[in-house]
Amino acid sequence: MKVVLQNLTKVFPSRDKKAGKEVVAVNDFNFEIPDGKLIGLLGPSGCGKSTTLYMISGLQKPTAGKIFFGDDDVTEVSTENRGIGLVFQNYALYPHMTVQQNIMFPLENLKGADKLSKQEKLDRALNAAKLVQIDELMDRKPSELSGGQQQRVAIARALVKMPRVLLLDEPLSNLDARLRLQTREEIRRIQKETGITTVFVTHDQEEAMSISDMIVVMKLGVVQQIGKPQEVYDNPVNLFVAKFLGTPPINVLMGEVKGEKLYIGADAVLDVKGVSDQKVYVGIRPEGFELDENGALSCALSNVEVMGRDVSVVSRNDAAVSPVIRSIVSSENIGALTGETVRYNLKANKVFLFHAETEERIYF
Amino acid sequence: MVDSKQQWKAWLYLAPAIVLLLIFTVWPIINTVRMSLLENYKSLEAVRGATFQFGFGNFQKVLEYKRFVQCLKTTTLLCVLTVPISTILALLIAVALNSIKFLQKGLQTIFFLPYVTNSIAIGMVFAAMFNIVGLRNGLNGETIADTWGIINNVIMFFGAEPINWINYGSSYAANIAVMTVYIVWNALPFKILILLGGLQSINKQYYEAARVDGTPRRRVFSKITVPLLSPMLAYVVITGFIGGFKEYTSIVGVFGDTMGPAGDKGRLNTMVGFIYDALESNNQGRASAGALILFGIILVVTLINGYVSKKKVHY
Repeated sequence: MKVVLQNLTKVFPSRDKKAGKEVVAVNDFNFEIPDGKLIGLLGPSGCGKSTTLYMISGLQKPTAGKIFFGDDDVTEVSTENRGIGLVFQNYALYPHMTVQQNIMFPLENLKGADKLSKQEKLDRALNAAKLVQIDELMDRKPSELSGGQQQRVAIARALVKMPRVLLLDEPLSNLDARLRLQTREEIRRIQKETGITTVFVTHDQEEAMSISDMIVVMKLGVVQQIGKPQEVYDNPVNLFVAKFLGTPPINVLMGEVKGEKLYIGADAVLDVKGVSDQKVYVGIRPEGFELDENGALSCALSNVEVMGRDVSVVSRNDAAVSPVIRSIVSSENIGALTGETVRYNLKANKVFLFHAETEERIYF
Repeated sequence: MVDSKQQWKAWLYLAPAIVLLLIFTVWPIINTVRMSLLENYKSLEAVRGATFQFGFGNFQKVLEYKRFVQCLKTTTLLCVLTVPISTILALLIAVALNSIKFLQKGLQTIFFLPYVTNSIAIGMVFAAMFNIVGLRNGLNGETIADTWGIINNVIMFFGAEPINWINYGSSYAANIAVMTVYIVWNALPFKILILLGGLQSINKQYYEAARVDGTPRRRVFSKITVPLLSPMLAYVVITGFIGGFKEYTSIVGVFGDTMGPAGDKGRLNTMVGFIYDALESNNQGRASAGALILFGIILVVTLINGYVSKKKVHY
């Protein structure tokens, strides 16, 4: 089931009537979610990603715009008739019911022709539980489960009525780091097995990048960029997207283009064809540095963090916007790291230029 | 742990409370048990130096009293009628209040008014409302008897016969009906307050989850709201029964301290009323025995409540 969002907008009236400023949580969102894909809505808190998810779910009504599931316009369809499964951030498992009762709860509401016999309900619940590997825990109460297990129960409950679209609100935020890694693989597996179009919301770029077929980066209610994770990472459209994706984060420096050459401080570091003379933000991915004794960019060496396979070199440059410049280089090359200065050559495909005022990407 | 040398300080700080508790709570309890176990104990005679035999005679006498059995019957009847009715009504009102935004605060205040109003005053108002015949002075100083109470006015407005609720010659059932209305109304605010607080602490996401699954409202109420509210429900039921067995002021409020309609004094007397009567007639032994029986009944009811709620209350 593809999901189409057309000019989707949500405006919240202001709380304080005197202040009179309404909040545009989502502004003119257009996106066609392809059938059977896993989509990550990504952005800092307050960017409207959860609002978008709740509008798809039908729990919130859009102020303007339309939502289609396949060819059906569901904008005015109430949430229970949309055929969605929703997993809440804190799971919202009913504490007084066992795992089995929780998973079966959505089935009990089916009416008329959809009504299931007791045995069918039990079978469906068991199948859903098996899919998320909690069939051993059917008689437990949610309070007797770990966070990861509760998460699985919540997913099973959302899947049991075979939704057309599965929505997950920050599915991993309540789990510890190890469990998070494991669970995100699990979500990926379940999504692949069921083939249900899935949308999930996260503020963690690593999470989104690692399992999504496509990511949507949002800021203050406005979609910044949509694409495959690697594409967005390799080709950010503006400074915000470049800064938001990647760990360690991208290094940002002030630079200047003069005569189709990029200067950082006094160093001419890169040829930039077709860019007019102007001040620019220069974004350099940590892996975009090459150690070279005769390198074009010189920085003051602070320290070297050894991480095994790679080495993270921390240095300083007066032009840097971020406090330090962090580069990741192969540990084989650290012989060149002596003295107080470190010199780099830059890989052109890992360097992005952004307009000094609009922060939009300048291609070269 | 507090250093043992410092412990005297802790005891010093606790002393005022402990002394007061010992004098006004612990000793009276011990004394009640003592008096109840001394045959025919009367404190006036005890002061003169009389001695009393140890035994269970007080309990036996109390239980043999027809009056006591009547008190027990009235009290139990009122409890069994008012606790479920007031709990269910309070639950419905609390749910309704919780689901509206407009006027919520104002209505909350109105529902809370009985709680802050003197129960004798409320009783007098109820007595006036349920009155059947009132006397008033006519223009020429003559006495006119006519229907006075608003309830009977309403009944007559719909063309039915007025009912003698509380006056001379009224039936026991009518008396109990009036008391049930009064006690339920009086018990509502506290219960609504507790249940509304409970409702507001239920995570909204349970309801959103139920909505996504298309749960009908009735099922949301029975499968989600009531179970999640069960600790508060258990609390209001238990305190309701405890309060109900101690019913006394409400009867005085409506019927005055004759505890019954004119012509049938003491018909609506309760357990606490029985104990007061025994004290008034200087029968401390019998009063103590009555108090301990009341204590026993409340204890048993509370234990049953606790047992039931262990099975039905979640968490």
